Amino acid sequence: MSFALASASALSVLVGGPVQQSLVHLGAIDIAVIAIYFGMVIYIGFYLKGAANTSEEFFMAGREMTAWIAGLSFVSANLGSLELMGWAGSAYQYGILATHWYWIGAIPAMLFLGIVMMPFYYISKTHSVPGYLHLRYGDGARGLSAVCFAFMTVLMSGINMYSMALVMKVVLGWNLNFSIWVSSITVAIYVALGGLRSAIFNEILQFLLIWLGALLIPILGLIEAGGWTNLKAQIAARMGSMQYTHLWSTTAHFRDNPMGIHWTGLVFGLGIAISCGYWTTDFLVVQRVLSAHNLRAARMAPIIGSAFKMMVPFIVILPGLLALSVLPFHLVGQDVAVATGQHSYNEVLPLMLVRYCGPGLLGLGVTALIAGFMSGMAGNVSAFATVWTYDIYGAFLNKKASDSHYVAMGRWCTFVGVLISVGTAYLVQHAASIMDYVQALFSFFIAPLLGTVLLGMLWKRATKAGGFWGLLAGTCTAVSLFLWVHFNPAALRYVALSPDAKAMAEDMYRALWSLIACVVVTVVVSLMTQPRPVAELEGLVYGASKIPEEHDDHWYQKPIIWASAVAVVFVVLNIIFW
Amino acid sequence: MRGHIQIWFFSGILLLVYGVLITGTGIWELSHPLLNPPVLNELHAPVWWGAIMTVAGLFYTLRFRPR
Repeated sequence: MSFALASASALSVLVGGPVQQSLVHLGAIDIAVIAIYFGMVIYIGFYLKGAANTSEEFFMAGREMTAWIAGLSFVSANLGSLELMGWAGSAYQYGILATHWYWIGAIPAMLFLGIVMMPFYYISKTHSVPGYLHLRYGDGARGLSAVCFAFMTVLMSGINMYSMALVMKVVLGWNLNFSIWVSSITVAIYVALGGLRSAIFNEILQFLLIWLGALLIPILGLIEAGGWTNLKAQIAARMGSMQYTHLWSTTAHFRDNPMGIHWTGLVFGLGIAISCGYWTTDFLVVQRVLSAHNLRAARMAPIIGSAFKMMVPFIVILPGLLALSVLPFHLVGQDVAVATGQHSYNEVLPLMLVRYCGPGLLGLGVTALIAGFMSGMAGNVSAFATVWTYDIYGAFLNKKASDSHYVAMGRWCTFVGVLISVGTAYLVQHAASIMDYVQALFSFFIAPLLGTVLLGMLWKRATKAGGFWGLLAGTCTAVSLFLWVHFNPAALRYVALSPDAKAMAEDMYRALWSLIACVVVTVVVSLMTQPRPVAELEGLVYGASKIPEEHDDHWYQKPIIWASAVAVVFVVLNIIFW
Repeated sequence: MRGHIQIWFFSGILLLVYGVLITGTGIWELSHPLLNPPVLNELHAPVWWGAIMTVAGLFYTLRFRPR
């Protein structure tokens, strides 16, 4: 009882203080569109229930997914409501610079995963990233990584919930608790019934819906603005600056761009430490690729995902930029919105949706936002269930249980994960900015993990002690730097190398320093300790593993060809929007 | 794996149903104008967007129907 009262109170603050009138009332056709979606995802869960009886089926989808399914699921699991609405809001706030989180902050890392790292994940037959650390470094690194991942995953789920609460409040005016619980329970049902396969199937549907529901906004927006060239001119006139429509040309100095970042932070902090850390070691996304039915599919999946990821700014960043031009009022930060009742940056996507979509299309757009939330949450929950069951419960608490026991544990864990996520949503209310919070989390856990996994895969000399202490040192470095700046803001000039740096830059450099600390400690400790015999590293490390040969019938079937094509498009896009 | 229904079939069904619903709404709006129309309502987005979804949905439904 006390929890329920506290929750309702917390949520009223969480979603924005003064109660505003909803933007729109959904008609019968909109309700029908949303109801059909819920019916479909639940049906898929029940339909796939019979295909999730063993742990391999429940947690790894039987390793039967094609490259296309694994690839779309790979990118869809990341495309939660936070990605959709948070970055649309960031585009309104910071301009086209937000695109870096989709391009330099994703594409190179995804290609690196497909070409370099996937063979080791795949041939080791690991069930998870902490599972790989167990094979390579032993239980210490595995335990640390699993606990950090589980912690981060439920926090991410809670943040997704936070974003979802904002949509429901702004667009629909629905009862917040009702909408949160309906969506959460739906996710819990279809994931608990069908396991990873059900999550993946629904992620494909959700990916499709996100595009169908959101694509009209940039199309109609560009028509209203009179094309890209006119849009740039209108933004420059309205904002009094050309900074909002350039990707790189304003990053020569921290004070030259609205985000307060420098290109070195973008390339080394975001492009290497954060991006590679997330896309190559975060089990939420890697789990989708591990479900591929063969090595070639596993290598192609991230490459296919990267091509679609590169297009996402069209439905996320562009609406934010269009809002700068066409909305007749200004959006404000969350704190100001709470105090004044104005609309916040994070509401830009639903605001644009309401601007262009009437009955039917509005229902589709709202469904897209709900689908985004559900795909993100399903990704978090299914990964949490896997890591908990395999790498914490099965590894340390109950090593000798039957396979059916672990499957049952996975199902229960799914419900528990959803409950923890709902609770976490009430805890993130004190975060000044959702995105800053997420970046901080990434640098705590993800960047050091990249150092540990990469050295484990590429350096035979890395030892068990080196892996554990390196990971611990990297994580402690990130937390220490965060606390240093938190309690002494003047320290930012040392962490981010400039007194003009802002929060985003701090996150990038903190990730970079924690990665470096992890690598240095891993190398030093490894050189001081006894290495494992090379024979024990078969299938785990470059130079000690025989990668299975792939027999492609044609040159254009080779993953490297498609990775190169994506890389060329990536470079061209960066030059066009320089 | 149980059954033979592929995810692409589910996707096709969903597209088809949504396409028909949205196209129908768009056509109905031609004779019953909205009191508070959205911006660029004169482009009749529900009609052509719904039609595109219907065609795509029909293709995927037939192409990946269970055999």
